[in-house]
Amino acid sequence: MNQTISTLDAFLAHAHELEREAVERYEDLAGQMEVHNKPELAELFRKMAAIEQQHVDKVEGLAGGEPRTLAPWDYQWQDPESPESIPVGQGHYRMNPYQALSLVLACEERAEAFFANVAENADDPAVRESALQFAAEEREHAELLKVWLARYPEPKAEWWQDLDDPVSQE
Amino acid sequence: MNKAEPLVSRYSHEDYKSTVKPIWCPGCGHFGVETSLFRALAYLELPPEQVAIISGIGCSSRIPAYTQCYGFHGVHGRAPAVATGLKLARPELTVIVTSGDGDAFSIGGNHFIHACRRNVDMTLLVMDNEVYGMTKGQPSPTSPADWDSKIAPGGTGFSPFASLAVALASGANFIARGFSGDPNGVARLLVEAIQHPGFSFVQVLSPCVTYRPEERFWKKTVHPSSVESTNDPAVAGHRLLSDDGFTTGVFYVGNRPCYSATVDTSNHDLRAIEEDLAL
Amino acid sequence: MNVPCSQTQATSIAIMGSGGAGAITTGSLLLEAAGQAGWYGLLTRSVGPQIRGGEALAMVRLAPTPVTGHGDRYDVLVALDWHNAGRFIAEIPLNDKSLIFADAEGGDPPSAILATGAHLIPLPFTDLADELPNARPNLLALGMLSELLGIPMDDTVQAVVRALSGKGLSVTHATDALAAGGQLATTFPDTQRLAPPSPRDTGTHWLVTGNQAAALGALRGGIRFAAVYPITPATDLSEWLALRLQKLGGHLIQAEDEIASMNMVLGASFGGIPSMTITSGPGLALMTETLGLAVAAEIPSVVVNVMRGGPSTGIPTKSEQSDLNIALYGLHGDAPHLVLAAQSVTDCLVTTQWAVQLSETLQCPAIVLSDQFMGQALTVCERPAPLPDGPPRRIAEVGAARYDRYALTEDGISPMAIPGALGGQYTADGLEHNAHGTPSSSAADHLLQLDKRRLKLEQYDYGKAWAEIDGEGETAVLTWGSTTAAVLEAAAQARTAGLAVKVIALRLLSPTRPEHMTLALQGIQRVLVVEQSHSAQFHHFLRAHYTLPDRVEVISRPGPLPIRPGEVLNHLLQEIDHE
Repeated sequence: MNQTISTLDAFLAHAHELEREAVERYEDLAGQMEVHNKPELAELFRKMAAIEQQHVDKVEGLAGGEPRTLAPWDYQWQDPESPESIPVGQGHYRMNPYQALSLVLACEERAEAFFANVAENADDPAVRESALQFAAEEREHAELLKVWLARYPEPKAEWWQDLDDPVSQE
Repeated sequence: MNKAEPLVSRYSHEDYKSTVKPIWCPGCGHFGVETSLFRALAYLELPPEQVAIISGIGCSSRIPAYTQCYGFHGVHGRAPAVATGLKLARPELTVIVTSGDGDAFSIGGNHFIHACRRNVDMTLLVMDNEVYGMTKGQPSPTSPADWDSKIAPGGTGFSPFASLAVALASGANFIARGFSGDPNGVARLLVEAIQHPGFSFVQVLSPCVTYRPEERFWKKTVHPSSVESTNDPAVAGHRLLSDDGFTTGVFYVGNRPCYSATVDTSNHDLRAIEEDLAL
Repeated sequence: MNVPCSQTQATSIAIMGSGGAGAITTGSLLLEAAGQAGWYGLLTRSVGPQIRGGEALAMVRLAPTPVTGHGDRYDVLVALDWHNAGRFIAEIPLNDKSLIFADAEGGDPPSAILATGAHLIPLPFTDLADELPNARPNLLALGMLSELLGIPMDDTVQAVVRALSGKGLSVTHATDALAAGGQLATTFPDTQRLAPPSPRDTGTHWLVTGNQAAALGALRGGIRFAAVYPITPATDLSEWLALRLQKLGGHLIQAEDEIASMNMVLGASFGGIPSMTITSGPGLALMTETLGLAVAAEIPSVVVNVMRGGPSTGIPTKSEQSDLNIALYGLHGDAPHLVLAAQSVTDCLVTTQWAVQLSETLQCPAIVLSDQFMGQALTVCERPAPLPDGPPRRIAEVGAARYDRYALTEDGISPMAIPGALGGQYTADGLEHNAHGTPSSSAADHLLQLDKRRLKLEQYDYGKAWAEIDGEGETAVLTWGSTTAAVLEAAAQARTAGLAVKVIALRLLSPTRPEHMTLALQGIQRVLVVEQSHSAQFHHFLRAHYTLPDRVEVISRPGPLPIRPGEVLNHLLQEIDHE
């Protein structure tokens, strides 16, 4: 699907929501990792949330305040969710940093693709220029993440195994 | 959506989310449902203190404490009854029941039917993962008949409960299905459900990654409805009974009469009543 | 508050009949006429299992002083017919002083009735009714009773006209029928005339059932929402309440079952509205899980449980005191809650109103135990004075500051936020929680909250109303509920016979009041426990929670036959060696 974002206002609204939802999801994941005793991953997701928050602030700077919000389903995403958010259903309580960073990397790559697509389809030069800038930034992040990723070992085979049974609660 | 779009919504995610962190497994579909709920409430600009989230028992029923709304985490299966009492007593509140397939359709089956029938203005959000999670993976009323489990080796042999069709037959006024992997789609269903008068039922397919890991593939199975919703129960009934259970969208938007009440506590004058007893 | 009437001052009349004979109507009209004329009285009923047309028995007791229970013997039995009368023999003790007025067309009396030695007088109720327009045998019987008992015929006519005017009966016809019946009695000696009543002002006295009284008590206490499921013998309470709630701006809803009823009550009360449900034993059993939730989440809620014979479907139309255990101990976990028991028809009002007040104040479910005997008894009584207002539900002042729903306070009561109030948002939770309300399975939080929930009930000052205490002496009778009437009457008779007797009738069953009981039992050498339960539930309850003197005797038998004053009196006057 090609993006039909024709004005700078609409573009900034999308960029803002994309970054805001990324923060939201990273915070959620950080919380999940805290609850599941993965402090290292919790810290990683918190850090990602903080980085994305800077992007939120940046968009607000560009827009001269919080851009107008659309109904959640009116944003022109290519997937059910905004591109820079780790999709619902991803993540595991046994995952290691390599897997977490892979999920983050995928977010950056989806975000880059989103902005590139907007730029490609934009009639308004202001939108195109802005989208290209955002795309470039996301690409930088992706490259950086690849470097980080290289520092961590890949998960072992059957990494998800847990010798203990799940716990009965209610 | 018949709502003037605001420049900036007065409410966002943070206004509805509490500091209590969910105990759900990472990867659980319920995180998506929670997100949808917050987005719907923010879209509707409902002040958190005017919203009551009522639940029973199960993974899904933990939601109230994760919100900044008023919450009620009661006993297993009875949330629709609690919600009915609250809504009749306090009609100005927005009342939402969050439930699961075991809570709503098994132990709470009778309350589900009668809540549909009474058609009190509230929304029932059932996070359906076709399994009991809190008690470690027993079959629920919506589990396939041949789903193998410790308690029912080889499967239960029971047909799954057709919750949407039952809701329609029982008198619910709004019937929809969503998928947790599409939080914005679910948010939209919830907005419509909350706005529509009477009893609204939204089933959200929400994978359980621990006991039903194969449900992760639901994202490939679900498909949006290709037709508009109807207000004709016969049409909706035919659709629901011939559906594969993975069609998302609104199936029925009715105009059945709602049951409502007002409760006024200001009158303390019992004289007329007492005089009736006098000799 | 329960002034016992002395046996010699009261007159007991039983009226039986079947298949539309109108025995119950006759009894209630007799009571109303007597009430109108200045007497006090009580009517209870016993019926067969049929929905319509079955045999029915009305038991009426009239006296110049308040009547709360039945006596030992019936002075008068009116048999409109004898169909299936054997069913009722055990409920109408007769002796050679009793008079039986039987419709001459009503067949032969059962031999067991004749064996009592009662004097049988056949009367032509049916024949006379056939001669009069629009007359029924029961109206003639009522006229006869009115004359026999000395109730002014004007009052009887008025009662009949009021009750039956909607059913096509003209005043003239009613007057003629009653007069014809009265004529039958003029030939009898006036031995059955009621002791004369004291004069009273109009409007000061009521004609009310225990179930109506309980409903009114609930309304006086502030109940404005009820959710119920029909069950005998509690349904008439719900029905009476429904219309009155509507008139007051409240609401009653019939739920799909008792579980839903109780949960609706919690929902409405969570919303800030004082709320109640009404049930009987089997329904209470269904509600107990939710009552545990009300304890844990600290939600005010009132259950009026009108007891019947149990277990299971048991004897739905008849009375028993056998739901004591489930009311006290039926909740899962350590779940301190309020259990109160009404002692008479009028006390149904007082106790229910008090229960609402306590439940609202203490944020705790309250079970009110009534029973079929009181609930469905119709009585002429003085209008019970309203209780002074109790402390209202403590509402939290919320705002920007952090709100802890289950804050640990000195008296254990934490202010409650009501949905709609900004800053008070919390989740009422059946999961154990910390002071804020967040679910917690920590041992420390569990203990703190358990202590809090117990403390608030135990520390509260319930005043003198925890029990009705009557008389002094070295012998005490401990009782509760509707058997209180028989005990009070027996105690009065025992005193006349020279035995000083103290009566302690418990109204507050939970929480227990050990210090108060110790004080009440000071100097008591002998205790007689009186209750209507096969397994002596009340006796075991007393043993578990209170220190009783060495000598304890027990009258404990199941329903449906009421415990009569004579039975208690005989026991009191017996010298039983327990060594």
